[in-house]
Amino acid sequence: MAVTPKDVDYIAALAHLKFGEAEKAAMVTDMNNILSYMEKLNELNTDQVDPLTAITDAENVLRPDEPKTMLQNEDALSNAPSKIGPFFRVPKVIDQL
Amino acid sequence: MNHPKYEAVIGLEVHAQLSTKTKIFCGCSTKFGAAPNSQVCPVCLGMPGVLPVLNEKVVEYVIRMGLAHDCEIAEKSTFARKNYFYPDLPKGYQISQYEDPICANGTVRFKLEDGTEKSVRLMRIHMEEDAGKSLHDQHQDTFVDLNRAGTPLIEIVSMPDIKTAEEAGAYLTKLRQTVRYLEICDGNMEEGSLRCDANVSVMLKGSTVFGTRTELKNLNSIKFVEKAIEAEIARQIDIIEEGGKIIQATMLYDPHRNETRVMRTKENAHDYRYFPDPDLVMVHVTPDRIDSVRNNMPELPDQKQARLISQYSIPAYDAEVLSADKELAAYYEAVCRETSDYKAASNWVMGEVMRVMKEKLLSIGEFSLSSSQIAGIVNLIKDGKISTTIGKQLFEELLANGGNPAEVVEAKGWIQVSDTGAIEAVIDEIIAANPGQVAEFLSGKDKLFGFFVGQTMKAMKGKGNPKVINDLLVQKLEALKK
Repeated sequence: MAVTPKDVDYIAALAHLKFGEAEKAAMVTDMNNILSYMEKLNELNTDQVDPLTAITDAENVLRPDEPKTMLQNEDALSNAPSKIGPFFRVPKVIDQL
Repeated sequence: MNHPKYEAVIGLEVHAQLSTKTKIFCGCSTKFGAAPNSQVCPVCLGMPGVLPVLNEKVVEYVIRMGLAHDCEIAEKSTFARKNYFYPDLPKGYQISQYEDPICANGTVRFKLEDGTEKSVRLMRIHMEEDAGKSLHDQHQDTFVDLNRAGTPLIEIVSMPDIKTAEEAGAYLTKLRQTVRYLEICDGNMEEGSLRCDANVSVMLKGSTVFGTRTELKNLNSIKFVEKAIEAEIARQIDIIEEGGKIIQATMLYDPHRNETRVMRTKENAHDYRYFPDPDLVMVHVTPDRIDSVRNNMPELPDQKQARLISQYSIPAYDAEVLSADKELAAYYEAVCRETSDYKAASNWVMGEVMRVMKEKLLSIGEFSLSSSQIAGIVNLIKDGKISTTIGKQLFEELLANGGNPAEVVEAKGWIQVSDTGAIEAVIDEIIAANPGQVAEFLSGKDKLFGFFVGQTMKAMKGKGNPKVINDLLVQKLEALKK
């Protein structure tokens, strides 16, 4: 199940990234290398092993429904590359969903 | 809508914002209408290194919703990341549930306009977080307010058991009523507390193979849900009749033109690459936990309806009208605590009270008369102190100027006259003043009896006891016949 340039295009589109042809070829190689490295795991028989969704055995870590201190608006916006008034500001995007 | 050749297959996905005080994974307030980006913290802003912790109320509320619809409550369920990029989703993924939702396989039962009972199966109910809000129309750029990011949602997914727009509306009405009864969501569609997407397809009647479906997004009132589905069904039938094919797509409904438009097609549909969220541990719901939620469940609409019928001996119709709204039912029951004439209380609440609410577009909470004032009117009538006619006059007076019903009746001199002597004197005057009508009545025109009742009432300014007036008039007029 080798990665093709088409797969790279698809994943790049999902990640909103653009690659030139040379970069894309390098990605194909890198991704195939990563996959073959991970292939090693398939040598293990995991028929009797439940999928792991969390690395601890903890369950029901819950908190009471009580308000905590929130950030001031200026602090919330302080890392924003662009802002206007109390808002984060981004280039117009309608429906890229 | 009933097409002779085609039938529709409809499934609804409903998002309900839970009315918790804080967000699902952090302690930020969820209050509606706060200043932009004032209810945020590193967790809901998606800053690196933070850890989401689940709000215990969210678990309780979603179990309530599941139990109210006979769902199986999963002993173990997990959260997953749904990945997509959009500016109002700061982490680049939405925390949701995917493979093992907390509730599955339920039923929603409701009634249609004509009284038909209908049930729709639920596929699942799961917990997730809401996204923030993008404001597109203020400026050439988009402004983002993240106050809503992380607000707890439950998503209620139906099976494709809905056949018409009317059924979809009735289903949604029942869900809204239920979340309000359960006190888990305010059900306000205009403010977005309850949102609906609809999956719609059509097929030849009797077919078992579903057609290609489209998804209608962001329908923000029950009326629009119905109209959008109607419009989409019609659009699909037209395409098929003209020999075309339905393309799987997401549609937007334009209420001004009453039409649906393609927003995006499947070619650029998303691949959300769900995977388990390693930041959140498993939710384990024990049978004890389920029992404790069940034991603290508020009464459901159908239960309340049944109880109103048995407790107050009112007709099923009355119970249905009164229990449509939880606050209205509470108001009715408050009236009943101060009077023993439950049926009259129901007539007053369903009649005058609801008429005024409708005319002035008020909720029962905004209606100005208290349940004690209504009970006061009911009791004055029950005790024969005023007639129903004066009762309505009193109702208007209380609406206009307020006051204690008994005191107002006293002050206005509206106490009903039941004294036979006084009424007899008035009747004698009416008979003496209307010899023509008396003669006609005596010659067999029985209908004129009403004329005498009316005249007597009028002469007594509505204060005469109708029963006494009737009895005395019968006596007097019969005596004249002999």
